[in-house]
Amino acid sequence: MKRSDDARGSAPPLPSAEPVGLVDPTGRRIAGGAYDTPEPGTLRSLLRGMLIGRRFDRQAGALARQGRLAVYPSSRGQEACQVGGALALAERDWLFPTYRDCVALVARGVDPVEVLTLLRGDWHSGYDPRGTRCAPQCTPLATSAPHAVGLAWAARRAGDDAAALVMMGDGATSEGDAHEAFNFAAVWKAPVVFLVQNNQWAISVPLHKQSAAPTLAHKAVGYGMAGVHIDGNDAAAVHAAVSEALASARAGGGPVLIEARTYRMDPHTNSDDPSRYRDDTERAHWEERDPLIRLEALLRSEGALDDTAMAGFEKEAESVAAAVRERYSGEDEGAPEEMFAHVYHAVPEQLERQRRELLAEIGEG
Amino acid sequence: MAGTVSLGQALNRALRDALAADDAVVVYGEDVGPLGGVFRVTDGLTAEFGEERCFDSPLAEAGIVGTAVGMAMYGLRPVVEMQFDAFAYPAFEQVVSHVAKMRNRTRGRLELPLVIRIPYGGGIGAVEHHADSSEAYWAHTPGLRVVTPATPSDGYSMLREAIDSPDPVVFLEPKRRYWSKEEAVLPVRTAPMDRAVVRRSGDDVTLLAYGPMVQTALEAAAAAAEEGTSVEVVDLRSLSPFDDATAAASVRRTGRAVVVHEASGFAGYGAEVAARLTEQCFHFLEAPVLRVCGRDVPYPPPGLEEHHLPSVDRILDAFDRLQWERTWTGAPAPAPAPAEVGA
Repeated sequence: MKRSDDARGSAPPLPSAEPVGLVDPTGRRIAGGAYDTPEPGTLRSLLRGMLIGRRFDRQAGALARQGRLAVYPSSRGQEACQVGGALALAERDWLFPTYRDCVALVARGVDPVEVLTLLRGDWHSGYDPRGTRCAPQCTPLATSAPHAVGLAWAARRAGDDAAALVMMGDGATSEGDAHEAFNFAAVWKAPVVFLVQNNQWAISVPLHKQSAAPTLAHKAVGYGMAGVHIDGNDAAAVHAAVSEALASARAGGGPVLIEARTYRMDPHTNSDDPSRYRDDTERAHWEERDPLIRLEALLRSEGALDDTAMAGFEKEAESVAAAVRERYSGEDEGAPEEMFAHVYHAVPEQLERQRRELLAEIGEG
Repeated sequence: MAGTVSLGQALNRALRDALAADDAVVVYGEDVGPLGGVFRVTDGLTAEFGEERCFDSPLAEAGIVGTAVGMAMYGLRPVVEMQFDAFAYPAFEQVVSHVAKMRNRTRGRLELPLVIRIPYGGGIGAVEHHADSSEAYWAHTPGLRVVTPATPSDGYSMLREAIDSPDPVVFLEPKRRYWSKEEAVLPVRTAPMDRAVVRRSGDDVTLLAYGPMVQTALEAAAAAAEEGTSVEVVDLRSLSPFDDATAAASVRRTGRAVVVHEASGFAGYGAEVAARLTEQCFHFLEAPVLRVCGRDVPYPPPGLEEHHLPSVDRILDAFDRLQWERTWTGAPAPAPAPAEVGA
């Protein structure tokens, strides 16, 4: 006799009410950490990635102020989440980023100029999703989460060891698509890790108006999925938690929801005015918890980083910014008629007529 | 399979043959596994191909379509079922913002070869939310192919072609015709799915229909023939892209056109057909292009649907209004009576 509840799982442990970390804001190791601290080499890579990311972010912000980017949603303050998450991925894995995850894409190795394609207002993602194993940045909230679940399920079915990492914000956890993705992933035991960057603000709406859950990680529990709550400004903790979650998901343990508690230091985008909804004291509180400062302090105090190495990272960061300034044209390289080229596999007659009409209008027909 | 085949059986056979032909094809949705779907279109597929190929998913349409996007990104060819027309609406954002645009927003690098099957339309005495004609929502979205078969042979052929298509396809199944039968030999390949076909030849008027209304249109054409009017019935089959050539060729020859569909007429699919025919055939037309559609009301209860759905009589009435007598003189029409205020 088939039973309807055969596959029901045991209750996963509740996430910690306070975020779990490995390194405190002053750069000291936290005793009895929930995860093994990554090796010094990995920690240096995290610091390097964050330095490059922050410099890239500043450069992109400048392009937006110059009117050369249509909009730029800053990652400042969230570098530990984005770099820690991206560097935990193996080459075969897939990243599903949002519009705010440019730093994650750069850390993943995507050409920084291509990363800015959608944000200059273009109609395509710039980079090759298959080649980079990065889905196009998702602008609607949480809608790429079910894509990651389907892709991870398909990979597992094919015997491919790939997993998927979905990034989303605190506001996105209110969207129906997030919940459908959590549920599908848990039921299918899909190798997916959901990394929620809880930066406290969904544009102007604070977290307490977004959710009454004890933590966003608690949302996992109802779906029979593990939920963990970590310090999102601790790159070591993010890297360790995402790595462990990916390993567990790969091994058939099902998906994991990670809430990384962080803070959006800048306005939502360059066109936002946070003075209308939040005051600077909160920002000052988070300034002291800067993810770059604490990791640099840890590495220096343990003799794993010297001035020469630090100067090398900063030089690399400057050269990334310089390359963006040099190579970023701000213009779509495609001809106007290209807007008809990719809608369907073959251009239908209806679009072909419109393409010819456009060419005639612009005097190239 | 030869002999009498229903549309539902033909669709089932198409899914079975597609699953057998290509390991990348997977079929899933609500109740499509052991139950075989509420209309039994997936009957026997789980037993034959296993849970990995045809399976029940959680009950969430955005999740179903969204996961299919990811599977297609990976290289599978998912075929998902929305249980009823109105229950596809939770997936609307996934369809219009992702399914339809993925190819374009990756500059052709990521194609989504997926099929979204949607039983649609009324005429089965169903309760509310089970009888919508949602085709205009999908057809309005660039990047989707929207097709609807009217016969068992087309059901088989078009579904196989949809599954093989590199483009995403919204495959609208006329649920009131699931049990309509035809003498057919399967497998069969009919006209390409992006082409309209002439179902009945005629000289006096072109009647354009699709999906559930093709049968009604053929009945109307037979009735009109008894009254001496020769009606050509065009089955549009592909709602997007639209086969202008076939539709316009017929209307240029007959000089009159009537479009029929179950959906409400206002801003409906028939408006697009009428506009295109007017633009392309104006100098051949003897009368305005008329529409016979569902009323502009939410789908009515079963007891009233006969007054909502286009019928043979309503189509014949439309034929009568096609200015056969050429009595129009150009004089302005009498002013309409003032609306009754406060009535």
